[in-house]
Amino acid sequence: MANPSNRPIGKSGWGRTLGAAAVSIVYFFPVLYIILTAFKTRQDALAWPVKFIFTPTLENFVSVFYRTTVEGGAAEATGFGLYFFNSMFIGGTSVLLALIIGTAAAYGFSRFPLRGNETYLFMILTTRMMPPIIAIIPIFVLFRIFGLSGTYVGIIALYTAFNLPFSIWMVKSFFDDLDRDIEDAARMDGSSEFRLFRKICLPQVYAGLAATFVFAVILTWNEFVFALLLTGTQTRTVPVQIVRTIGGAIGVDWGLLSALETLFIIPVVLVTFALQNQLLRGVTFGTIRR
Amino acid sequence: MSESTTEVRLSKVTKRFPNGLVAVDKADLTIAAGEVVCLLGPSGCGKTTTLRMIAGLEFATEGDITIAGRRVNDLPARERNVAMAFQFYALYPSLTVEDNLAYPLHAEGLNRSAINERIRQVAKVLELESILKRLPHQLGEGEKQRVAVGRSIVRTPTCFLFDEPLSRLDIQLRQTMRTQIKEVLAKLDKPTVIVTHDQIEALTMADRIAVMRAGRIEQVASPHDLFSRPANVFVAGFIGTPQMNLVGATLLDTAASGGVVTARFHLLGETISAQVEAGVAHLSNGSKVTLGIRPRSFELVSSGTSDALHATIDLVEPMGAEVLLHLVEADADLRCVVPHTMKASVGSKVGVRCKPGQLHVFNESGILVQ
Repeated sequence: MANPSNRPIGKSGWGRTLGAAAVSIVYFFPVLYIILTAFKTRQDALAWPVKFIFTPTLENFVSVFYRTTVEGGAAEATGFGLYFFNSMFIGGTSVLLALIIGTAAAYGFSRFPLRGNETYLFMILTTRMMPPIIAIIPIFVLFRIFGLSGTYVGIIALYTAFNLPFSIWMVKSFFDDLDRDIEDAARMDGSSEFRLFRKICLPQVYAGLAATFVFAVILTWNEFVFALLLTGTQTRTVPVQIVRTIGGAIGVDWGLLSALETLFIIPVVLVTFALQNQLLRGVTFGTIRR
Repeated sequence: MSESTTEVRLSKVTKRFPNGLVAVDKADLTIAAGEVVCLLGPSGCGKTTTLRMIAGLEFATEGDITIAGRRVNDLPARERNVAMAFQFYALYPSLTVEDNLAYPLHAEGLNRSAINERIRQVAKVLELESILKRLPHQLGEGEKQRVAVGRSIVRTPTCFLFDEPLSRLDIQLRQTMRTQIKEVLAKLDKPTVIVTHDQIEALTMADRIAVMRAGRIEQVASPHDLFSRPANVFVAGFIGTPQMNLVGATLLDTAASGGVVTARFHLLGETISAQVEAGVAHLSNGSKVTLGIRPRSFELVSSGTSDALHATIDLVEPMGAEVLLHLVEADADLRCVVPHTMKASVGSKVGVRCKPGQLHVFNESGILVQ
């Protein structure tokens, strides 16, 4: 047996469990701190030494969406509802598009190699080798020419293009790992190439697609620079608006900012949580062979 | 379709891979309806490539492959109507056993109730009824094998192909499955090709065995003929366990009397005479030959008997009812199987003699002389 002690695999002792817990706390502490601050009043947020026991309040969450911008004025909508919608809509659409196009491309690259297949794949990868910002001028010009600045179509197309190389490479690796005998068996069973893809190959990489989806969502959700430059008031995403919320006449409102970040984290956590089983299988794909 | 045309025929089939490797070299083979032919050979001998060419998963570079009288060289796998069971079963991982069995039937355009009926029949024959709703990863090895067989017999293909069908099963299961597959195949009356590297599997399942080496078919014969009349030195050494003894010798002379040819050979520093096939008389005296003697064709004789080889026991391997002796004489190893009642001790000198009519003589090119 590979397991040196007599402990069953998957059952670690208290020592390891506590050690892992300690490491987890170190990593998770900043997030915890943000969540705590989100429930603090402005005074509590600035208190020193840091208060860990305090009366929680939801006022920061309310003021994410409604707050007075003028001294003594009435509360106004901040537009964050729209920005959250934008982030989800733009992120979700572009990642899904990239995944659909990427899966088709990956299957092609994996199963129907072209002459110079490797070269094409390498070229696709090179688009991720340089920092995307160096392409900003041509992209800016293109957006001007086609009137895409500030539109959903523009930013979604851009994000799709950014996510595509990653999707192609990742999904291709999942297709590469599949057992070819199974496909041969399907061919012998009279399967058409499309039916083979749809019924046999695709279901085998669902876990991989889910993993790719989550990684791409996280990258896109966080994207800031292009969103700052290429979205308009109606298509602005949350990261851009978070930056605009820092500052203000009486210093940084840490409570408000933390509430905003807490809300910003939630969708990604939910997506990851919903797909966690698939994600684990996806990232360990191919490491356990028959 | 008439009975005589359901055969599978390979004529001068060659497979050359783009890198220049010739995997199969001018293979000729005919498999009749109801006949089970095993392709047997060491790894890399081209047996799997041959099978894949019949399946349509590889295309032949030269030669003709006909199935049921139709040349299929250029037909893709899906149009050949050939059923194949893969070495690693190749079950569809995301489909239940039931859907695995149904998959080949969709291509035949059957309606749902006809499909269910066929699945029910196959499930009954192979005892799969209780696992129809399971996924492949929830099955044991034997169950997977039965599903793989079931998937290949669920439709009515022109022929059946099996790639190392039993290699993944433990010994007990192997025997059960061997019988079960044999029974199922007997009822179907279709040409069947089984690829294997396990000669026991080939000897027990096949009507005829094609022994392959380095892309060539060395001999096609019934299991018995293959064993008793190996066409050349390779087949002689490959078939049978323990391996046949192959010893270089010089033919001294031959003598015929009453239709029985006796030859004298010089080997391992000794001279023996033995009964041989008539063809040996046509070899010229002094020619180099290889003598093949199966370990069970030796009998132990007391030292000093004429026509015996004298050797020292080097190793004793008990095999249950029998004992395998490793003998050494003049730097040559001889294997000899004797009943376990025989007392043999390492280091002692013994005489061994070939039983009459059990000596195989191969000429200088390694071809059986008969």
